[in-house]
Order: sequence, then structure tokens, then C-alpha cells
Amino acid sequence: MSYMEELQKRVQHIEKGGHEKYHQKNEEKGKLFVRKRLELLFDEDMDIEDAFFANCMDDSLPSDGVVTGIGKINGQDVCVMANDSTVKAGSWGKRTVEKILRIQETAMTLELPILYLVDSAGARITDQIEMFPGRRGAGRIFHNQIKLSGRVPQICLLFGPSAAGGAYIPAFCDIVVMVDGNASMYLGSPRMAEKVIGEKVTLEEMGGAKMHCSVSGVGDVLVKTEPDAISYARNYLSYFPKSFREKPQSYETKEVKEFEKSIEDIIPENQNAPFNMHDLINRIIDEDSFCEIKKKFAPELITGLSRINGKSVGIIANQPRMKGGVLFPDSADKAAKFIQLCDAFNIPLLFLMDVPGFMIGTKVERAGIIRHGAKMLAAMSEATVPKISVIVRKAYGAGLYAMAGPAFEPDAVIALPTAQIAVMGPEAAVNAVYANKIAELPEEEREAFIKQKQDEYRDDIDIYRLASELVIDAIVEPSKLRKELMKRYSIYEAKNVVFTERKHGVYPV
Amino acid sequence: MEEVKAMMAGNVWKIVVAVGDTVEEDQDIVILESMKMEIPIAAEESGIIKEIKVAEGDFVNEGDVIAIIES
Repeated sequence: MSYMEELQKRVQHIEKGGHEKYHQKNEEKGKLFVRKRLELLFDEDMDIEDAFFANCMDDSLPSDGVVTGIGKINGQDVCVMANDSTVKAGSWGKRTVEKILRIQETAMTLELPILYLVDSAGARITDQIEMFPGRRGAGRIFHNQIKLSGRVPQICLLFGPSAAGGAYIPAFCDIVVMVDGNASMYLGSPRMAEKVIGEKVTLEEMGGAKMHCSVSGVGDVLVKTEPDAISYARNYLSYFPKSFREKPQSYETKEVKEFEKSIEDIIPENQNAPFNMHDLINRIIDEDSFCEIKKKFAPELITGLSRINGKSVGIIANQPRMKGGVLFPDSADKAAKFIQLCDAFNIPLLFLMDVPGFMIGTKVERAGIIRHGAKMLAAMSEATVPKISVIVRKAYGAGLYAMAGPAFEPDAVIALPTAQIAVMGPEAAVNAVYANKIAELPEEEREAFIKQKQDEYRDDIDIYRLASELVIDAIVEPSKLRKELMKRYSIYEAKNVVFTERKHGVYPV
Repeated sequence: MEEVKAMMAGNVWKIVVAVGDTVEEDQDIVILESMKMEIPIAAEESGIIKEIKVAEGDFVNEGDVIAIIES
């Protein structure tokens, strides 16, 4: 065999990945071959690939079960590591881990976004001494991820299992997209759970995509197919700069979508009646520009990326349609991470407030709602990107604080004429102050008394009174809200502040 | 068969469907009153209401079954 023939033969062998039967198995599950995934992910082919010949002395381990390299998404270079589940179930040997470490270190040096296409059974037990405990062992992958966090975008597309220690790769990414039915994350498999703690449970129940995207919140986006996951990632990246040093790219402004009903029409006058906050969001952002994150987790708070005037804006909005828009431990956590994500990559924030406050009662106190709420306040307070809060309707109690109220240095607090700011709503306040008095009154007088006191209370918290006291910066007609936001974000682009000087805060986690 | 569960603690303010009704996905089943707010609890799947397990004025805890839908 000539040199050339040998090279070609080896390249062909490695390019094919693992044994044919594993390709078939994957196909039955709707899983694509790793190189096909990369083809869909990049604008064109991957530009460079390193350590293609990793472990090539062993024919059964092409590329040692992982592809690493650099290609372009939306014209931007990005690093990628992608498990090949046809090679020993995508498990990690010594060279697999070294390849992952090297592409991470490349992302660090070049300050490029990095994507992790995960489909792996975890550590290759036979290789554990070489890949598990040491300085260049798998633990270093997480150390690198933590170092990369906030420097460059880190995205995880989960196509298969992410087991045991491997489950921490998604945990340290900015966002985790999971393919329903195939993706899973767990520290111990159902088999192990039964052996060690006696629990009988299915994989789907314990660590499936639906569970993680709606209950645990470890997953962010649930998709049906692998191409859906890939197109979500491509779109998601379009809202981000390549690193923390830059601002996101601007796009051509798309007009807002046209609707029959105006903002005024969709917001009920009764503060306690629900409406769908998505209807308001769609009336102020560029058409079809909403990229929602954690749609199914803590839906009482909406978080997502959007464009206003062609520029990225991160939206945090109470959803009165779900749980009355009340804040819970999960919604506070969801907000805290999203705010940090946007602030890290210079994406301005928009808070849309319609919040009755934080949930009360035994259940949430035991869950540590104060501690979780504090995380949201801390993240919101520390964010130094342009911040605008819009008071859509009620902003009661600590809800006003958590949603970037006036005390937390938003660049502007804008009220719609329907806004209402108070420690609590009129019903609760009158009850709190006059409970004894009401009980003493003859029954026929109670209703009139309560109504009179509620009316007095409403006058006291009148939005014009708050504008007169400079609590809010502007009252805007709903139909002019988008214009107002466009002007303000454009002006606030000049903002350049440092929150404070220190090593780092002590987070209320 | 789908169990419609309360997503948070509160009082059952209004029941807006009856046993035997056909409901669509996202259609409101009951409206709770909690934190002074009206909290609609909607069907996650379409189907026929087989059973309503609460009465107006009842207190329900998070996770309590409110109704059963047969799809």
C-alpha cells in the first residue's frame, strides 16, 4: 500500500464512525450521525478538525468517540465538541477527554462561542485511571466550562444521554436544548437507583427531556427532533456577540406584527383578571423575533430574547395567565439565570411588570422562597446593561423590587396608564389595616365601609401621584410604548458602568 | 385520561365546565382565587370532562386533582 493509499484508507474508516449496527440503532431512534449533525449545524462544512486520528491505533475507536473543531454559524466562527454515540456509546476515554479540553482551551484563547453536542454514556470505566481523577481528567472539562462561563456563549444540545458526571456539561452551559424522547440527564441510572436506594422508576420519569424542561429546570428548551434543536441553536446565537467584549450584532428592523386588537384592548381594567402577557410582548417587539427560554418551566414568568429596532433585548415578564403572575422559588431562579446571561453578553433588559408579589404560605417558605427571591434581586441589581422597567399593571410588594423597580438603578421606569404600585393591592391592604374594625361593624355596613376604604387607598397609590413624586419617569400611552422603548434603548447604548469593585459578591444561593 | 391539577394553592372561585363537556387544550376548567388574583386552571389536553373533584369555595393545595379529562 502506498502512503497515500494508507492515509485514504484510514480517513475513510474513521469518517464512518462506529460499527454499522450502532448507526442502525441510532437511526431507529431518530438520531443522526455526528457528522450529519455538524453538517446541519454549520453554514457550510466544518472548517477545521483536530485530533481526527485520536486513538487511531485501535480500529474500534474512530476519533476516540468525539469530533472537535471549528466552523461557522451565521458567519461567526464557533468551536464545537460532538460525541459520536456509534463509538462505544460516546463514552469518554483518555483522548476523548483531552480533545474536549483542547477545544475548550481554543475557545478560551480565541474567545469564540462553544457548542457541546452531547450524546454520551459517560466515563469509559476500563480507562478510568487515565481519564477520571487527574489534572487532565474529566473534572477539568467542568473547570474549563466554569472559566468560560460569561466569557463566551456556551450552548448544549442534548441528543442522547448525559449520564453521571457527564450530566454536569449541560449544567454549566448557558442553555440546554433537549430532544424529546432521546435526551436525558441523570447522576445515577434507573438500574442504579433500584440497586442502591430501592427506587423503581423509568428513565423518562427520572431524567427525561420533558421532566427536565418542566420540573427540574436543568433543561431549557424542549424540541421534537434533532434538526429542530440545531435550528434553535443557530437562531439563539444570532442574539449574541461572540464574547463578552462585544455587543450583539444588529439586524434590519422588522416592524411589529399587525394585530386587530390594540394593547389597550388586551389589558383588562380589573387588576385581578388574567390576560396573556405574550400578547403584549408581540405588540412591542420586531415581528417573529421572540426566542423563548424555559417556556415550560415556571411559566408564571416569561423569559426570552427578542429584537426591538433590530437589536437584541432580553425580556423578563410576569405572566398573569399562569399562577396569577405570582413569583415562586422556581420563577426567581429562572429570572436570575436569564438576567445573568443577558448581562454577561451585553444584551439590554426589559422588565414587563404585572406582579401581585412573591407567593406566601408554608410550602414556599419551606422551599426557601426568601433565599431564591434574593438571587433574583441580586442578579437584577448587579446587571449593568441598559435596563428599562415597564409597569403594565400592578407592581406589588417585593415584586416591584425583583422586577427592577426604581431603587435598583433601572435607566427608566415607565408606567402605562393602567399601572398600580403599592406594598399590596387595595383588597389586601384594607383587610390588613381594618380587619378588626370590619369585624366590629354590623354586617350591613361592612361592604360600604370596605369599598370606601379601598377607594381611598386607590387614590393614595394613584399613578399620577407617583409620577408627581418622581417615583416613575414617564407615563406612556400603550400604543406608543414600542416607539418609546426604541428611543430609549438607542440612547442608553452609551451606558458604560461597573457595578462595584470587589473580588465577587457572596451570592444568596 | 388526564388529571387537571391545581398549579398553586388557593380557593376554587368558579367552575366553568360541567361533567360531560367537551374541552379543548388550553380551555379553562376552573378559576381559582389566590393571592387576590384570578388563576385560571386550563386543560393540558382536549377531551371530555369525566369528573370534577372540587366544589366552589373549596381550598385546594398545589398538585391537588381538580378534574379528570378523558381524551
